[in-house]
Amino acid sequence: MRRVLGLCRDYRAPLIMTGVLSVVVLFVVLSVPLLTKNAIDDAIRHHDTSKVWRYGLAVVGISLIRGVCNFLRRNLSGVTSVRIETDLRGRLFAHLQGLPVSFHEQWESGQLLARATSDLTAIRNFLAYAVVFLGFVGALFVGVAVVTIATDPLLAGVTLALVVPFAMVAVRFVHGIENVFVRSREAVGEVASVVEESAAGVRILKAFGREDRAIRRLDEASAGLLSVNMEAVELRAFSIPALAAISNLVIAVVLGVGGLEVIHGRLTVGGLVAFTGWLYSIIVPLRYVGWMLAMGQQAAASGHRVFEILDTQPTIADIADARPMPPIQGEVTFERVSFTYPGASAPALVDVSLTVQPGETVALVGMSGSGKSTVAALLPRFIDPDEGRLLVDGIDIRTVALPSLRGQIGVVFDEPVLFSATVRENIAFGTPDADEDEIVRAAVAAGADTFIRALPDGYQTRVGEQGFSLSGGQRQRLALARALLCRPRILVLDDPLSSVDVRTEAEIEANLRTLRHGRTTFLIAHRASTVSMADRVFLLEDGRVIATGTHSGLLATNPSYRRVLAAELELDELAAVEEIS
Amino acid sequence: MSPNPRKKPGRGLGAVDEPAVDVDEVEPGSDPALRALRKQLLSDTLRPYRGRLAVGAVAVVGSTLAVLSVPVLVKLGIDHGVTPRHSGTLMKCVAVLLVAIAVDFGCQRIAQRIAGEVAERSSYDLRMRLWRHMQGLSLDWFERQKSGRVISRATSDVEAVYELFSQAALTLVSNLMLFVGIGVLLVVLDPLLALVVMAVIPVLLLATWVFKRRSERAYRAVREKIALVIIHLAETLTGIRVVQAFTREPINQAQFDDINDQNLAANNQTVLLMSVYGPGIDFLGQLAIALVLVVGGLRVIDGATSVGTLTAFILYVRQFFDPLQELSQFYNSLQAANAGLEKIASVLATESSVPERAGADHLPPPEPGRGGAEIHLARVSFRYRAGELVLRDVELTIGAGETLALVGATGAGKSTIAKLVARFYDPSDGAVTLDGHDLRLLAPSSLRKAIAVVPQEAFLFAGTIHENVAMGRPDATRAEVEAAAWAVGAHAFVTALPDGYDTDVNTRGARLSGGQRQLISFARAWLVDPRVLILDEATSALDLPSERLIQRALRQLLVDRTAIVIAHRLSSIEMADRVAVVEGGRIVELGSQAELLSTDTRFAALHRRWEATLA
Repeated sequence: MRRVLGLCRDYRAPLIMTGVLSVVVLFVVLSVPLLTKNAIDDAIRHHDTSKVWRYGLAVVGISLIRGVCNFLRRNLSGVTSVRIETDLRGRLFAHLQGLPVSFHEQWESGQLLARATSDLTAIRNFLAYAVVFLGFVGALFVGVAVVTIATDPLLAGVTLALVVPFAMVAVRFVHGIENVFVRSREAVGEVASVVEESAAGVRILKAFGREDRAIRRLDEASAGLLSVNMEAVELRAFSIPALAAISNLVIAVVLGVGGLEVIHGRLTVGGLVAFTGWLYSIIVPLRYVGWMLAMGQQAAASGHRVFEILDTQPTIADIADARPMPPIQGEVTFERVSFTYPGASAPALVDVSLTVQPGETVALVGMSGSGKSTVAALLPRFIDPDEGRLLVDGIDIRTVALPSLRGQIGVVFDEPVLFSATVRENIAFGTPDADEDEIVRAAVAAGADTFIRALPDGYQTRVGEQGFSLSGGQRQRLALARALLCRPRILVLDDPLSSVDVRTEAEIEANLRTLRHGRTTFLIAHRASTVSMADRVFLLEDGRVIATGTHSGLLATNPSYRRVLAAELELDELAAVEEIS
Repeated sequence: MSPNPRKKPGRGLGAVDEPAVDVDEVEPGSDPALRALRKQLLSDTLRPYRGRLAVGAVAVVGSTLAVLSVPVLVKLGIDHGVTPRHSGTLMKCVAVLLVAIAVDFGCQRIAQRIAGEVAERSSYDLRMRLWRHMQGLSLDWFERQKSGRVISRATSDVEAVYELFSQAALTLVSNLMLFVGIGVLLVVLDPLLALVVMAVIPVLLLATWVFKRRSERAYRAVREKIALVIIHLAETLTGIRVVQAFTREPINQAQFDDINDQNLAANNQTVLLMSVYGPGIDFLGQLAIALVLVVGGLRVIDGATSVGTLTAFILYVRQFFDPLQELSQFYNSLQAANAGLEKIASVLATESSVPERAGADHLPPPEPGRGGAEIHLARVSFRYRAGELVLRDVELTIGAGETLALVGATGAGKSTIAKLVARFYDPSDGAVTLDGHDLRLLAPSSLRKAIAVVPQEAFLFAGTIHENVAMGRPDATRAEVEAAAWAVGAHAFVTALPDGYDTDVNTRGARLSGGQRQLISFARAWLVDPRVLILDEATSALDLPSERLIQRALRQLLVDRTAIVIAHRLSSIEMADRVAVVEGGRIVELGSQAELLSTDTRFAALHRRWEATLA
């Protein structure tokens, strides 16, 4: 909570202004009943028409001041809190971008999204409303106590005593209902997960005629929700009438006790009316105190979640005296590299040593889980080895500045990612200043130019979440073009042809044969035709390199190599080949 | 709070990759047919609670009258007690006031209870009614709807209706009554003064109308901008490897800051509106009090009205203005509830495309010694709704006990044949029969006992291994479940799990591999002991060692049954008695593997290429 409030530190000026305005509003709120009192006692009872007008105008004037101040106050605190939220979100985004891939693999993106949206909103609402509100109500209570005691101590004592149970009921109600809400949200989550599961498993449910199971499970979950919510109904059915009763009781007391005070000459009729005004001005906002306190609790929890991210240190970052990587020639050496994913029981790579010559194309082949993709992730430093070193041109890549290293390594991932932007922007993702000619050349090389030109707006077609949807093969070709445009010195292709059809694959392979010239290329592939492009093949099993050689050599001598490659051939593919031929 | 390391759970086959955000947002009330359905649904949902609602309405009236009496009693107390110094009269007024407060408390309690209970129970009813209906709909509906929509119908749409029932409706009704009551009483107390106070109302209505329109626009802008923020953030998170590999962070940050600032500007617009409207309404309330003071004061001086009436007016003005700000929020919940009701009503109006006939047949018990059942597709054609024909005039007989493999490219129609045999769909033309019985005339329970389907992804439901195996026969004993698992080769790994058959499949200790999950779904099929088994790419998602494990189980499973096997890998169809090559919605080749391989067929060509890759 202290850290959440600490967020305000950089926004002192507007917050002080808000405080000043609040004080003005406070005085106005207290003075309106006073004016009413004087209007009745001084003007109306003395039949002074001009004074009546004067008091009326005074109320209007003072209300105008109150309106303006309230406007300024609300706007200022609102704008400031939105600013705080926005700044914090920017900080969070920057931090998330800097955290390593291993962090992102551990966190569901929905969780991170919630922190950047609803948690920040909870903090903003707390800062915008609750902080100002609680301070204001506290001051108002003191102010009301002062003026009422000054007017009639006896009546003030009795009525203020009623404010205490009112506040207690209000706070306890919110406390109770927050507790119910937590369980209610869990129950809602249970309902949602039953619905989700049944929607996802609908085939099995239908195949085995078990619709009754889905109905029974939802019935249980909904009944659970119902019974939790009925507790909330009970709470409301007591608290809401009780609060209304206590505020009406204040009026009854003012009328009874105050009336007697008037009869005994200790209070005027105007004073009586003013008392209801003062007490109303405190009772109406008191109703919300509980909610504001609950907002504070939520903000504290949200703050905890947000700072949890901000406090996570990036494990992959430049060392203190990192120098830029000089232009890469392309020699890559793994020196006894071992790596285990956090929480995994078995290591992903064990003591891998290999050297790749500049300009050489090597293929990494193995069953899923053999460690191929881990090798690919080490090159751009998505992960750092637990043991051993990775050298490029003889330089340990942990000693150079990250952007200078990554800028010279092109990576194409097995699952191509497109962003909500035009085709052109997606290709020029790493090099936004590339000219049209370079972009088209990269697209041609990746075998993407033909289909791009056939899109509704060619290179300007929007793709991604809300844009034109492309097939898996088309997406992969765009990802390939993106990598090629950066003119990388080292090219890492992590199974980039897995979802293109056979014909496109042949086309891209033909292009790759020329593209790889002059750059070191790592190919992770399953298909014999792709692998056959490599100068050398490394066969991986359980995180170790178990065989090295040319494709034809391994195919002739190594049975496990044959098994790995053949396993990937599927009938669909064969059928597609048949259709073409 | 700790990070949730659980990655997205596996999806079943029915799930379609679709964002949870609903895309079918329509303005409620735009379609008259839907509007009628919505009204019907609303009255159907509330009908069982008519009696309770009537009692609640009486309570609301009682509470409103009690609340309205307070200022009047204050007026009487001042004019007849305080001013003439009659403490006895004053005390009588206070006593009546206390009674009114007690009445209000009691009535409000009743009204709150009834409103809350009806809201809870009716939304429960609504959800279950919707859910029962959904469960009766056919698979094609689920596939068309995408899972995101199915989920939001049964969750957020029902919740929108609930929100309206639970809070908004009661507050709305009681406040409207209060407004009318205050208006009437003001006129009765002092018509002229009432007229003056009510002069504020048109200004108030106008201000509210302008505010509502502006804030709708402003909040829509906020929703659009925050959606942009979310999209950009989500894309960065899912594409973080690409972002980092291409050192895109600085540009990305600049773009995000820009969107973030747009969001700030949109939010500031709403802040501005709220900070004008709130204090504005407040000012109007104060203005009304000033008017009461001046006009009322002058009338008191003229003797036309009393100080007590003046006080009552001030109290009424407060009662009138206090709930106003809350009320402006309710319009939104009303809109949301209407939209939810329309979407739910349109699901309820959907009928199943594989309806159950009245007086449906039951299959006779299997003859002893004869495994399986004969499947016959008689000139079957099929199209999805108004789409192209997916199957054309397919004529196919699968003998009892025979295993038939379906081979062909994606989209050739293999899976459609399987779905027709399982009666997930009905044919558009022709008929599918099982031992001579048209599937459409069979009772669903009888059909489901006769046919089991094992899809590509082994979907496990939350619960224990036992419950998952017993999915098709929930009454199966532990011995029967174990026998099924044993038969398909799953018993060994299940007993090695921490709690054996009682292991919860979603606990962290019980991470099952793809092959193990598929074995459980085989055991599930085995336990039902169906006459017909459909394996729809049941081994395609597995790697080679897992597939080998499964092959043995498969042979066990197929004994004495009729089977349709759809497979990607030629190794998976070795046990088939016959192979049908499907192309363009037709069966183009049909025969035993040996027959097809002996001549120049498409299948022979496929087989040659496959063998070549093994070399």
